[in-house]
Amino acid sequence: MKLVLNKDVMSIEKEQDVVPFRNRVKEYAVKIGMSLVNQTKLITAASELVRNMLKYGGGGVTIIEVISQGRDNGIRLVFQDKGPGIKDISLAMKDGYSSGKSLGIGLPGAKRLVNEFDIKSTLGEGTTVSIIKWKNG
Amino acid sequence: MERIPILRMGKFLLVTIQIDLYDRLATNLEADLVQMVNKTGARGVLIDISALSIVDSFMGRILGNIGSMSKIMDAETVVVGMQPAVAITLIELGLELKGVHTALNVEKGMELLKTRIDAEDEEIIEEEDEAGTE
Repeated sequence: MKLVLNKDVMSIEKEQDVVPFRNRVKEYAVKIGMSLVNQTKLITAASELVRNMLKYGGGGVTIIEVISQGRDNGIRLVFQDKGPGIKDISLAMKDGYSSGKSLGIGLPGAKRLVNEFDIKSTLGEGTTVSIIKWKNG
Repeated sequence: MERIPILRMGKFLLVTIQIDLYDRLATNLEADLVQMVNKTGARGVLIDISALSIVDSFMGRILGNIGSMSKIMDAETVVVGMQPAVAITLIELGLELKGVHTALNVEKGMELLKTRIDAEDEEIIEEEDEAGTE
């Protein structure tokens, strides 16, 4: 059972929203006592996902949550956009694949940096990515 | 518009990134740096990222681009001051920062640039000497 202890919602519409969002994620991670390395991994993953959301989904909403499971605390981030959706998720998750001009490591890289990674996408409706980084994960 | 300042010091260009960059700032820096290399004929570019709390794939690509573009224009690039947590994250993310040299701090970065440029200059002189004796 994952309990939500604290929750914050931020909407991301333009590039300039990204840095304040990253700072908010950092604040939450610091608050639960996450180590610097884990903080850096979480914020980097968040940065990749929020960029994808802006670039492919035209912006959207992010949810930052402090969650607890048993004795462990963690941060859950949800990225929701109402963009065109991803046609082939397994292809999008492959290292080196990009439908744009980027390096194609955003999604698979973000997945490697966190403990739990979930992606759901419906064509024409949008994409939701949810990640969890445990404090001691 | 906001811009990251580029300082010129002899044959080198110095950039200290003091704030977390959003994408546009990073692409501007890339363009400005290449322009500056062209305008000043700089032989080395030193980028201090000690104040950056994260380097994601985009920023990594920009650093790589700066390195490759400068190289084409006969300048070496060295990235200095990366925080350990950033290095750990970069590798796990899958970025290798190809095309740029790295050094622990500004001092070591400057040394590296100097040795590389001196070595290149010597090669050119040697080639010229050989051409002269033929």
